[in-house]
Amino acid sequence: MTPQGHFMVVAEVRPGHEPALREVLGRMNSGPGQADPGNPLLPFGRFDTLHFARFAILADGTHADLASYGIPPEPLPTYLVFLGDCDGPGRRQLEEFVRAAPTGLREVFGHCVGCPADVPGMAAWLHSRDLPVAAAYVNWIGRTRQRIREERALAEALSARLRQLPSMPAGSLQSVRRQLVDHVAGERRQGRLLVAPEPPTPFGWWLRNLLHAIAIPVLGLVALPFLLLYAPIFLWQLRSRERSDAEIAPLPDAVHVAELASFEDRGITNAFTAMGSVKPGAFRRTLVVVLVALLDYAARHVYGRGHLTRVQTIHFARWVFIDDRKRLLFASNYDGILESYMDDFINKVAWGLNLVFSNGVGYPRTHWLVQGGARNAQAFKNYLRRHQVANSVWYKADAGLSAMDLARHTRIREGLERASMSDREIEDWLRLM
Amino acid sequence: MNTAAAFSDFADVQGLLRFGYKHHVESAFALLRVRNRAAARAWLASAPVGSAEKGAPPPVVLQVAFGAEGLRELGVPDAVCASFAPEFLAGLGTDANRARRLGDLGVNDPSRWQWGGPGAEQVPHVLVMVYALPGRLESCCRELESHWGIAFELMRWLSTTDMGGVEPFGFADGLSQPEIDWAREIPPEDHDRLTYGNLSCLGEFVLGYPNEYGRYTARPLLEPVGAAAHLPRAEDAPDRADLGRNGSYLVLRTLRQDVPGFWHYVDAQSGGDATQRKQLAEAMVGRRMDGQALLPPDDAPLAGVGTDAASRAKNGFTFDADPAGVRCPVGAHIRRANPRNPDLPAGTSGLVSRAIRMLGFDAGALHADAVASVRFHRVLRRGREYGVRMSVSEALSGRAPQVETGLHFICLCADLARQFEFVQGAWIAGTKFAALPHEADPLLGNRLPAPDEPDTARFTMPRAGCPSRVVDGMPPFIEVTGGAYFFLPGVRALRYFATV
Repeated sequence: MTPQGHFMVVAEVRPGHEPALREVLGRMNSGPGQADPGNPLLPFGRFDTLHFARFAILADGTHADLASYGIPPEPLPTYLVFLGDCDGPGRRQLEEFVRAAPTGLREVFGHCVGCPADVPGMAAWLHSRDLPVAAAYVNWIGRTRQRIREERALAEALSARLRQLPSMPAGSLQSVRRQLVDHVAGERRQGRLLVAPEPPTPFGWWLRNLLHAIAIPVLGLVALPFLLLYAPIFLWQLRSRERSDAEIAPLPDAVHVAELASFEDRGITNAFTAMGSVKPGAFRRTLVVVLVALLDYAARHVYGRGHLTRVQTIHFARWVFIDDRKRLLFASNYDGILESYMDDFINKVAWGLNLVFSNGVGYPRTHWLVQGGARNAQAFKNYLRRHQVANSVWYKADAGLSAMDLARHTRIREGLERASMSDREIEDWLRLM
Repeated sequence: MNTAAAFSDFADVQGLLRFGYKHHVESAFALLRVRNRAAARAWLASAPVGSAEKGAPPPVVLQVAFGAEGLRELGVPDAVCASFAPEFLAGLGTDANRARRLGDLGVNDPSRWQWGGPGAEQVPHVLVMVYALPGRLESCCRELESHWGIAFELMRWLSTTDMGGVEPFGFADGLSQPEIDWAREIPPEDHDRLTYGNLSCLGEFVLGYPNEYGRYTARPLLEPVGAAAHLPRAEDAPDRADLGRNGSYLVLRTLRQDVPGFWHYVDAQSGGDATQRKQLAEAMVGRRMDGQALLPPDDAPLAGVGTDAASRAKNGFTFDADPAGVRCPVGAHIRRANPRNPDLPAGTSGLVSRAIRMLGFDAGALHADAVASVRFHRVLRRGREYGVRMSVSEALSGRAPQVETGLHFICLCADLARQFEFVQGAWIAGTKFAALPHEADPLLGNRLPAPDEPDTARFTMPRAGCPSRVVDGMPPFIEVTGGAYFFLPGVRALRYFATV
């Protein structure tokens, strides 16, 4: 199994260079915010382990909200962020970018502070700015781009074959399945519709993953007596803050929303990037670090098989701390319109969003950490839109495929590989085509 | 929280929120632009608007709604205008991003619309809806025109045709409507609903009251001074004048229907067989032509659906017993427009089972969970047909009347983004609804290849014991030819617009 990796380079934009940088980034696009896979600067489509990638310029429009805590907002640099999801380690993907497109990358990152001109220097420089992911969700851990392509070809071939079969009387399901299985077997003898065997799981990753799976619960058990003692104090601290924290969720600026909307709904999948300040003080900062670590645990060991709690439309998502945990960045790739994505947040998993994001400045008021918050639907939508950052360039490798399409294709392939199926199972299997 | 007293302020609500005016079979909708502010305000100050009070209906009923630009033209201060919903302010046909999201592309592109498209002069300021008992419409419209004189420029009348409760393709229409909780029996609290019901909180359709989240939808709240002093106060902010209270947002879209095209396509897919043709058309709609549901009613009665046999047969069903869509295809029009789902997929009661479903660990529940929480996405439909009614055989004869025919789709809701735009964008125009690939709504889809989805022109009918039937190459059956967002104010708010 090849696990998926992530990269996120955050580099400070040189003062005064933002317009020129925007111009360069714009040259990567074929449509508003949509990357041209063959663009000469960074031809995303040539990297067959790359799932998603994006460039965004992070200028924090909500930084001043800290004033509600009496903190004068310190001036912040503008960052260029380059993030993506790939098969194998993110570090290796970055190296491949540098190897294949040094000139283009230099043209982009040349607008950032300290980017060296030589190729080895640039790779090291990118690594040094590749921030660790605090929590990462992968829709299906181990599903590589190659596997996606193979399963897609298989699913499309089976669907087409099924349409060509003469109309079948009821009760002929086993015969239909046999014909489909035979068809694939015939194609495979010709070297088509092959599905490569699962490669071995990298030992180092497997070991780290196992240790992580064990260590967190063990740590939790060790800390449990202390946590129980602390619980009443914690609840008092939490509730007193929840009562007094300011809610800052005015209608987002119409021009900002129009810019965001102009990049959206150009395909089935959209990209969401948002950033906000963590509420000041050790309590919130510690709480959010612990909760994001637990979220990461759930994403790595509990989910990763097609859904994050009830939500089945997210391909990749990540939570990253920047500026010494003063700010949190959230980035995801989701299917459907934003209204539908936010609807999932509000109606399916509000408690989960509240756990993490209620530690952000201005988030709609929560009660006991999980109630309220996102359920204040209009304020929550305003909050999200207001914190959202426009992606300058966004790339998706497998155009047209939703996360649920990917799951469907996997189930089609799994059904094909089964030795036998009951009529009922065949009925369900054929419905996937 | 205690249940509030039943709603009683019907005199301040325009009747359309409560009535469909089915006896007023004649109707016409005037799209107006303000020509002279003072004259327009004078007419509005005394316009005889029909309220939602019960009683013998007058022979003619007027309803008045406003576009965002219309409010500005009437002299409503910018700061007041700016506190209406952003979708209303941006408009339906004047924003390319919205058009893309709602599927208004290709032949439906607002730049081709007969009214409401981009360009300030295309967008109506005021919508006057006239509902009349038989024989009373014509004279009333002429009289209104003479009253309007210098006040308004008449962009056009949208005429309608009484088709006897049947839409132009020949299907009984308007059967599924949310029931508004006028009695305010639903407590204004936020908790999951584990069964689907048809009773909607007052605030889902009438501004100024708690919605399904137990909250008040944003709307303009003003200092109660000057003209605003005569407005009702806000329930949630008693020292503020509530300009939204007892009002609603109104969506009007003119959908031209290609009746011969629809029946020719269905006929060709059925090899000319009349029975199969009807079955295919009924599968696409999700109801029989006479309005009967394709599924029997649920055993348990649904909240907001009458307990008599007729109501239950018409609306007392959910799709719970048909998850695969064998009886009513998952992609059928009525199942897209109202998937009839509760907040959480069905399962056994009990905290553990509920937690398992909430955390997404129940594979079966997850499968049915692509679409959920329908109660936040209902609209109240008040559409009227136009053109000529033709039978199926006329439509197929090649001698179909060459008269533009279709539906003036009208719906009311308190939150345009969460209700109308969500249903239209995610469920009707969406090409991945409930994980179905390659298809949009079988009646309303634009069939255009999306940038990354070359084929959206299919329709899938799952069958028992054999592979699903898929029809493809479906042409568009409707064309959007106009549309706009309006605000349908309460009666006092209407007078405020005339005096501010």
